[in-house]
Amino acid sequence: MIEFINVSKVYKNGTKALNDINISIDKGEFVFIVGHSGAGKSTLIKLLLKEVEPTSGKIILDGMDITKVKNRKIPYIRRKVGVVFQDFRLLPNKTVYENVAFAMEIIGAHPAEINRRVPTVLNMVELDDKANDYPDQLSGGEHQRVAIARAIVNNPPVLIADEPTGNLDPDTAWEIMKIMKNINRRGTTVLMATHAKDIVDCMKRRVVALEDGKIVRDEEKGVYEYEF
Amino acid sequence: MNMSFRIFKNVLKQGFQGMWRNRGMGIASVGSITAVLIILGMVLIMILSINNIVSETQSKFDEIQVFLEDDIKEKNIDTIGNKIKSSDGVKDVKFLTKDEAMKDMKEDWGEEGGLLEGLEDENPLPNSYIIQLKDIEYADAVVENIKGMKGIEEVKYYRDIIENLLSTANYIRITGVIIIIILMAVSVFIISNTIKITVTARKREVNIMKYVGATNGYIRGPFIIEGILLGLIGAILSILIVNYGYDYLFKIINEKLYVIFTVYLVAPHALLKDISIMFIAIGVGIGTLGSLVSLKRFLNV
Repeated sequence: MIEFINVSKVYKNGTKALNDINISIDKGEFVFIVGHSGAGKSTLIKLLLKEVEPTSGKIILDGMDITKVKNRKIPYIRRKVGVVFQDFRLLPNKTVYENVAFAMEIIGAHPAEINRRVPTVLNMVELDDKANDYPDQLSGGEHQRVAIARAIVNNPPVLIADEPTGNLDPDTAWEIMKIMKNINRRGTTVLMATHAKDIVDCMKRRVVALEDGKIVRDEEKGVYEYEF
Repeated sequence: MNMSFRIFKNVLKQGFQGMWRNRGMGIASVGSITAVLIILGMVLIMILSINNIVSETQSKFDEIQVFLEDDIKEKNIDTIGNKIKSSDGVKDVKFLTKDEAMKDMKEDWGEEGGLLEGLEDENPLPNSYIIQLKDIEYADAVVENIKGMKGIEEVKYYRDIIENLLSTANYIRITGVIIIIILMAVSVFIISNTIKITVTARKREVNIMKYVGATNGYIRGPFIIEGILLGLIGAILSILIVNYGYDYLFKIINEKLYVIFTVYLVAPHALLKDISIMFIAIGVGIGTLGSLVSLKRFLNV
């Protein structure tokens, strides 16, 4: 589903963000990307979202080489990748329902399809009863659940989450993880960058650890870090 | 409804919303476009009128009119006539008496001819020769030849007038173009700032659109629509103002009996169609350009 082949990224200011990265993620996998701030997690995600271009190497997403694509094509690549951020990024003047429907309107979905799909997704994130609330009436965890609903409403094969629990208390974080797990169970490939040691340790999923732009560890059912 | 139509409708709706939410700056933008177009309209009317005068006058280009002094002797009249006939390049010479001149004038003035009633006894118009030239080239030579003869009050020919008119028209054209270009640049700047405000207000939304996979067209569309709408409103306002304003002015000039002027002025209704097309094209052009400038600078998709 996702493949990084000898990918390096050097920013214009000389920062070496990624150095010869090789990862292969299969369809339906759940992968944690861990590492300190500045280890290269964000750059990895930005490469998948086509926000930055790799300096060298090759990136393949859903069978398609996305290393070099025309600007015009980028939106269609992004439709294959749902994304959730630490800061939720909801529209404050739209209700929960409208925030989710917005993602479908943008790609020109049929209104009947929107009416059918949005409630289904809100049900998946357990927000059926909050459909008509505005973001300022929601808790942090609910915010993130709306963001997740919006990310998956167009059925992307990949869900990327950049520190999705970073702003949430532990209990709420676990609610989010439960939802992410459910989404993954339905076949969506999930890539989650995180600092949350306890979550990584408990989930027992594949862990890719980055340090100074290099992969220092890539193991199935891994943990956040080993104590020495 | 198919997908592209729904997308188009969304983009259009957002464009209108953007304009409405940002109407303070919108008024400034519309005002600047309206001002540019009104000035453009004034310059156009001036230039067209001058062109009119030039072409009217041009038909008399190959004519020289020699006005004779009132107390001239019959013999002198003939002398002058012969002298003219003997000049190079003269095709035909016609003697126009005072009375004929008055008659012609009455005809020229048409309905207002009545104003000249009662002037017959003390006819202020002089006798004159009207010289038809073989070619305008000869004008200077003929004038040179007869100038200074006794009994000639004035020699009138149209080269000077036309040259004056043409240089005035040129002057107006150049000044007009400079002013219009400056004002257009100002309008583009004001519009780009207006759009910038909408872009800033919608930064969050644009960011989300980007990640959800909205196409560049979908993201940019509403801002460009907003620019086009501002340009269009400015154009419509200026069309109305120029059209009715000029119509009003034209009527005033007409009513004050300066028929001589209105003969040469462009008729207001003859202008409407061309000015409408031109103003809408320019207004929409300025609006679009303003949006594009703003998007290039402030919207990174």
